[in-house]
Amino acid sequence: MKILSKLRASIAVAAVLILSAVMFVDINDAQAEYGDVVINNYSDGAGMRPVVFPHWFHRVRFRCKVCHADLGFKFQAGGNEINMVKIIDGQFCGACHNGDIAWSVENCNLCHSGKPGTPTQVHESTVQKLAQPSGAKK
Amino acid sequence: MPVSTFRAEFLDTVSGLARGAASPGLALFLWLLCVGAAWAGEWLPLANDGIHDPRSRAVKILQQPREALQGLTPDHAGNQVRWVQVLEKGEIRPREKLFPQTVVQKLDLDVILDAKGGMPAVRFPHRPHTEWLDCVNCHDGLFAKSVGQSKISMFKILQGEQCGVCHGAVAFPLTECARCHSIPRPGQSKPVIPAGIDPRIHQAIGQGQK
Ligand code: HEC
Ligand code: HEC
Ligand code: HEC
Ligand code: HEC
Ligand code: HEC
Ligand code: HEC
Repeated sequence: MKILSKLRASIAVAAVLILSAVMFVDINDAQAEYGDVVINNYSDGAGMRPVVFPHWFHRVRFRCKVCHADLGFKFQAGGNEINMVKIIDGQFCGACHNGDIAWSVENCNLCHSGKPGTPTQVHESTVQKLAQPSGAKK
Repeated sequence: MPVSTFRAEFLDTVSGLARGAASPGLALFLWLLCVGAAWAGEWLPLANDGIHDPRSRAVKILQQPREALQGLTPDHAGNQVRWVQVLEKGEIRPREKLFPQTVVQKLDLDVILDAKGGMPAVRFPHRPHTEWLDCVNCHDGLFAKSVGQSKISMFKILQGEQCGVCHGAVAFPLTECARCHSIPRPGQSKPVIPAGIDPRIHQAIGQGQK
């Protein structure tokens, strides 16, 4: 009986420790804001910093439908093949970042603000967290 | 001491305690405390969020998430903001369209999706979705416009399909099971359909900014 309860206790401790290890790795890691999208199909190659698109900032000002219905942004990080020609032509980011609705394209640094080498993806997503062991490089 | 370092130190201390704890009960208690601390959450400064280049001039110019989000109705997951309520209460007034000719469509209709496997049934509310989204964002690409046609499953959702296209990426994360599985089943096989569900289609044409 005694052995059994000791065994049970140590299993409980082990379980708690494993769980907390998982938690801590996760917590101490730097975390992008939920929904931040890094777009880096071409930037690294062109010697620019990757683009960081913050959903939280834009959804305070615009509903999803403005971008994802009216302006035709597909729901896929990197899936719209955005480039500067399209932006200057008034497509995608350029529909607003034209000096009219928002500041215009000459503020290169404000969009191209990511760490060089960061891959194209939406950050802090549930799928990403499930697929990657916590603590893996994001 | 900045709050973030404080939290890291606090967690280190507590985890040390948990490891050294004599009884599983205490360890469990301490661990729960950590979970609580993690839930309390906070917004990291852009310079150390892991994706912005701290050497870029931009991190000094761009708005910090804390500054924009801390005054809004709080949540414990995602952006730590309960977006549906924030919009309902008028704490933010995001634009609905850029072009005058855009037709703004809304629908007030709840769809009950009866989950298999003993989970509480799922209520899909059109109203909060159509406040943010347009019908074409879901119909007929992600979902059919008739109940039961879409063969929705948790497996696909967790892979980032169906509801998981948005939930888990931009809208509240998939760890919030009960926010979707919100209709408890007291022992019976049929879900309890709440009284007062009023299926009405609102077509607010040319409503503009609300
Ligand atoms: C409104 C945001 C925004 C601004 C401002 C902006 N860019 Fe971009 N830029 C993007 C996006 C989005 C992409 C696509 C990124 C990718 O896939 O790597 C891009 C891609 C690029 C590329 C690679 C693709 C191409 O078109 O050649 C270069 C080079 C570039 N930008 C240079 C600049 C320069 C120089 C400026 C300032 C004059 C600038 N950008 C301003 C958003 C912006
Ligand atoms: C200001 C424009 C804008 C608004 C408003 C906006 N989005 Fe996005 N969204 C984007 C851009 C840009 C991307 C990245 C596309 C790319 O990389 O080509 C994106 C990507 C996404 C993705 C794909 C992420 C992935 O898994 O790859 C989802 C899902 C999404 N948005 C959902 C939403 C939801 C839900 C809302 C409303 C709460 C919203 N968006 C509001 C511009 C916007
Ligand atoms: C529907 C209009 C719209 C679209 C589309 C849009 N933006 Fe913006 N964006 C805005 C507005 C409005 C602001 C705020 C401008 C201001 O404060 O003067 C802004 C601000 C920003 C900021 C600065 C945020 C801060 O912290 O100050 C960044 C970065 C940005 N946008 C990136 C992008 C990128 C990258 C894209 C395309 C992938 C994009 N935006 C598409 C409307 C838009
Ligand atoms: C966020 C995604 C989403 C959006 C946006 C959305 N729907 Fe739906 N809709 C659904 C889902 C999910 C179902 C249930 C499908 C199933 O059970 O197979 C549904 C079902 C329906 C049905 C069938 C209901 C019934 O009782 O048979 C109609 C009609 C419908 N939607 C109309 C609309 C209209 C009109 C709009 C725009 C005003 C809209 N929907 C926007 C996801 C959405
Ligand atoms: C196209 C994007 C999209 C899809 C697909 C989608 N949702 Fe949502 N959903 C949202 C957004 C945006 C909100 C607003 C709240 C937020 O952003 O966290 C929301 C809110 C909700 C809410 C209300 C949450 C609250 O705070 O009261 C529920 C419940 C919900 N969704 C369930 C579902 C279910 C179930 C499905 C699949 C049948 C689904 N959603 C598919 C974007 C989506
Ligand atoms: C965004 C909404 C959403 C969230 C969050 C969510 N679910 Fe689901 N879940 C669904 C929908 C929709 C179905 C399919 C219902 C049906 O059968 O029509 C489903 C089905 C299921 C099923 C039945 C088996 C299957 O594959 O269809 C299980 C079990 C389940 N969910 C568990 C969970 C658990 C556990 C969580 C939390 C980790 C969770 N769900 C979070 C929407 C959600």
